[in-house]
Amino acid sequence: MESGQIFNLVPWIVFLPLIGLAVNILLGRRLGETFSGVVASLASGLTFVVAVLLAAALASAPNARVVSPWEWISIGELTVRWAFRVDTLSVVMMLVVSLVGTLIHVYSIGYMHNDVRHNGDPGRYTRFFIFMNLFIAAMMILVSADNFLMMFVGWEGVGLCSYLLIGFWYEKGKNGTGNADAAKKAFITNRIGDFGLLIALFLIFGYFGSLQFDEVFSQAANVAAAHPGVMLLITLAMLLGVTGKSAQIPLFVWLPDAMAGPTPVSALIHAATMVTAGVYLVARSTAFYSVVPVAQTVVIWVGTLTALLAATIALGQYDIKKVLAYSTISQLGFMVAAVGMGAMVAGMFHLVTHAFFKGLLFLAAGSVIQGMERGMHGSHGSAETDPQDMRNMGGLRKKMPLTYWVYLIGGLALSGIAPLAGFFSKDEILGAAYNGHAAVFALLVITAFLTAFYMGRQLVMVFFGKPFTAAAEHASESPRVVTIPLIILALLSVLGGVLNLPGVHTLEHWLAHTLGEGEPAGFIWLVAGLSFFLALLGLGAAWFIYSRRVQKAEADDPLKKPLGALFTGMEHKWWVDEFYQALILNPYKAFAQFMADPVDLGVIDRVGGGLAAGTRTLAEGLRKLENGYVRSYALWMVVGLLAIMMYLFLS
Amino acid sequence: MFPVVYPIILAVILFSLGIVGVLLRKNAIVILMSLELMFNAANLVFITFANYYQNLDGQVFIIFVMVTAAAEVAVGLALIVDIFRSKKTISIDEMHSLKG
Amino acid sequence: MTPGLLIFILLGIIAVASAVAMLLSRNTVYSALFLILNFLSVAVIYLVLGAPFIALAQIAVYAGAIMVLVLFVIMLLGTHQLDPREPLKWQRPLAIVLALALIVQGVYALVTRFGFQAATVPASPDFVDPKSLGMVLFQKYSLPFEVTSVILLVAAIGAVVLTQKQKKDGGA
Repeated sequence: MESGQIFNLVPWIVFLPLIGLAVNILLGRRLGETFSGVVASLASGLTFVVAVLLAAALASAPNARVVSPWEWISIGELTVRWAFRVDTLSVVMMLVVSLVGTLIHVYSIGYMHNDVRHNGDPGRYTRFFIFMNLFIAAMMILVSADNFLMMFVGWEGVGLCSYLLIGFWYEKGKNGTGNADAAKKAFITNRIGDFGLLIALFLIFGYFGSLQFDEVFSQAANVAAAHPGVMLLITLAMLLGVTGKSAQIPLFVWLPDAMAGPTPVSALIHAATMVTAGVYLVARSTAFYSVVPVAQTVVIWVGTLTALLAATIALGQYDIKKVLAYSTISQLGFMVAAVGMGAMVAGMFHLVTHAFFKGLLFLAAGSVIQGMERGMHGSHGSAETDPQDMRNMGGLRKKMPLTYWVYLIGGLALSGIAPLAGFFSKDEILGAAYNGHAAVFALLVITAFLTAFYMGRQLVMVFFGKPFTAAAEHASESPRVVTIPLIILALLSVLGGVLNLPGVHTLEHWLAHTLGEGEPAGFIWLVAGLSFFLALLGLGAAWFIYSRRVQKAEADDPLKKPLGALFTGMEHKWWVDEFYQALILNPYKAFAQFMADPVDLGVIDRVGGGLAAGTRTLAEGLRKLENGYVRSYALWMVVGLLAIMMYLFLS
Repeated sequence: MFPVVYPIILAVILFSLGIVGVLLRKNAIVILMSLELMFNAANLVFITFANYYQNLDGQVFIIFVMVTAAAEVAVGLALIVDIFRSKKTISIDEMHSLKG
Repeated sequence: MTPGLLIFILLGIIAVASAVAMLLSRNTVYSALFLILNFLSVAVIYLVLGAPFIALAQIAVYAGAIMVLVLFVIMLLGTHQLDPREPLKWQRPLAIVLALALIVQGVYALVTRFGFQAATVPASPDFVDPKSLGMVLFQKYSLPFEVTSVILLVAAIGAVVLTQKQKKDGGA
C-alpha cells in the first residue's frame, strides 16, 4: 500500500489496548491467568508494531501528518477534533512507550503470578492487566494528540491509571490504608499540576483562539510580542503541570510514595512513560518557551535543583525501590533542565535511554524483591524481614546471577559509563549546560557524581559481600518469563547510545523535522571526559566505603558518622513531606474541621433546626385556638367584624 | 316625624343584643332565636330606609329576608332535633369533637 | 314631641326590654315568648314607618309561624335547663364589651353620616298600598321571588330528610 495510507492506522494505537482491556474485562476471569497476560501483552505488542509501521512510513517523508477522524466539540469559536498527530516527536514517544510497555507486560505475567499469591488474592490478576492496558491507551492518546485538549484527556487518563495501579493492593500497606493513601497522594498532587495545565489551556484558548498545535504554535511569536505577560503566565502554568506529572519541585512528593504499587507499575508508569509526559509537553511546546526567556530560566532551575535534591535523598534511602524512585526524579530533573535550556534533542534522547535503563532497573529490582520473598518462604521464621530493605540483602550476586548482571548493566548505564546508553545522553545534557549556563553545569556535574555514588552504594549493598539475613541466604533466581524482558532491556541499555551518537546524530535529524533545525551538539571532549571520570570516581568511592561496612543488618550506614546531620537529612528526605504537612495539610485540615463543626453544625444546622423549632412553637400556639367551642369561634368572628368596621370607619 | 337615625340606632342595639345572645347562650335553640333577632334588626333598617328614600325596594327585600329566615329556622331546627337524637343534649358546648 | 316619636320611643323600650329578657331568661319557653313580644313591637314600628303589609307579614310569618315552630321543637326536646357555668373564661366579659363597642361604633358612624336633621316621612296611603308593593315584587323582582320559592322547597325537603329515622341497616 502506498505509504500515505499507513498513517490512517494511527487510531489503532489507542484502540488496540482498549480492545485488549475489553477482552480481559469480559473473558479474562473465565479464561485464566495466562490468557489475560497474553492478551494484554499482545495488545501492547501490536501497538508497538503499528508504531514501527508509522515510523517507517514517516522515515521516507518526515513531515507531520494529522489523521482527524471525528469532531468532538464545536461550540462557538471552540472547535476540537479527535485528531491524531504523526510526526517525528510523537512517533519517538509512541515507540518508547509501546516497546517498554510490551516488555513490562510480559514481565508482569510472571511477576504478578507470584505477587497475587504472596498477597493472597489470586482473583485480582486480571484486573492488573486491564488497568495496564488502560494506561497504554491513555498514554497513546497523550502522545498522539494533535491539540491540547486531547492531550489533556490522555494526561488525566494516565493520572487515573496511576491512581488505580498504585492502589492496586488497596487494603494493604501501612495501617491497612498505606497503599490507598499513596494512590490518593499521587492523584491529588497530580491534580494540583493539572490545575496549572488547565489555566494554561484556558489562556491559550483565550489568546490564540484555538487549541490545535499547528495553529497555536505558528502564532506564538506574535502573541508573545503583543502580550508578553500572558505568554509568561502560560509557560509557567504549564510548568506547574510538568512539575506535577514529572515529579519536579515542588510536586515530586508523590513519586516515592507511589512505590507502594507493584514493581511493574513503578517501572512502566513511574520510570519510563507517565513521568516523561511532562518533558514531552515542554518539548512539544518549544515554540512557547523559546519566546519567553524568563520561563526558560525557571524551567532550567527547577530541573537542576530537583536533580540535585533528589540525588542527595537517594543517597540516604534503604528501600531498594525508593532509591530508584528518587533516582528517577533526579534524572527527570536532568531532562527538564535540558529542555529548559533549549536542548530538546538532548532531553528527548535522555528520555529514551532513561526509559530503557530505569525500566530495566525497576524490573530487576522486582526480581530481587521476589527472590527475597522466595528466600523468606524458604527460610521459615524470617517473616518480619522487609524484602525491599537493602540492609537485609547482600551477596545476591551468587544467588541470582542473571538479575545481578542486568542490574549491573542498568546501574552502569545510569551512572554514565561509556559506551552504555546513559553516557551519551547525559553527556549531551552536560554539554548543553557547559555552553552557557555555568552554575547549572556545576550543579549537574555534582549530581552526576552523586548518581554514580548512590548506584554504586546500591549495587554493593544488594549484590556484594555476604548475605545479611536468612532471607537473602535462601534467595533464588526468577523464572524465565521474568528474566527474558530483563535481558532485552539490558541489550537496549547497552546499545541505546546508538540513537544519537556524536557525529552521526540520528535522533537529532529525526527530531529536527518537528522541533526545528538546531545546531547538532558538538562532542566536547572535556565534558565527556569529566563526566566519565566522575562516574568512575563515584562508583569507586561507593565500593570503597560500602564493601568495608559492618556485616550486620541493623548496623548504621557507613556514611552516618562522617556526614552526621547531613545524612540524617538525606535519610528523612529533608523532611519535605513533614514540611508540606505542617505548612499546607494541617492548616487545611484545621480549616476544614472548623468549617465542619462550628460553621456547618453550629450555625447552618442551627438555622435549619431553629426554623423548624420556631414553626413548631408557632403551630402549637395557634393550635390552642381550635378548642372545639363554637361560641369562641363566633367571638373571634365578631372581633374580626369590629376590626374591619373600625378600619372602614377610620379611613 | 322623627330623625331617621332613631330607628337605625334601635336596630343597632337589637343587632348587638342578638350577637350577645349568640355568644353567651349555650342552648342551641336560644342561639337560633338570637339569630332571628338579628334578622329582625336588619329588617328594621330596610324599612327605615325604604321610608326615608320613599323607595319600595326595601320593603320587597324584607319579604326575601323573611323567606330565607324561615327556611333557615326550619333547617336549623331539624338539625338540632337530629343532633339531640344522638347526643341527647342541645348544649352547643357539647359539640366539640372538632377540637384541634 | 310628635305622636309618632312618642309611640316609637315606647315601642323601642319594649323591644329592647323584651330582647334583653329573652337573653337572660333561663326558661327556653319564656325566651320564645319574649321574642314574640319583641317581634310584635317591631311590627308596630313598621306600621309607624309606613309598611303595613310588612308589619302584618311579620306578625304572621315570624311571630305566627317561625316562633310556633320553635316552640314545637322546644316542647319536643324538653326544657331542662342547661349548666349555667361558663367553661370559656373570657367569653362573657368580652361579649358584652364587644357588643357595647359595636353599638358605640354604629351610632357614631350613623350620626356623623346622617345627623339629627334628616327625618323619616309620615306614612301615606299611596306609598304604603299593598298593590304598589305587589307591583314591584312581581315585576321588578320576579326572579328573586321564584328563587325564594325554590329555597322554601329545598328547606322543606331538607328538614324532612334530616329528621328521618335511620333505617336499621344504616341507609337514610
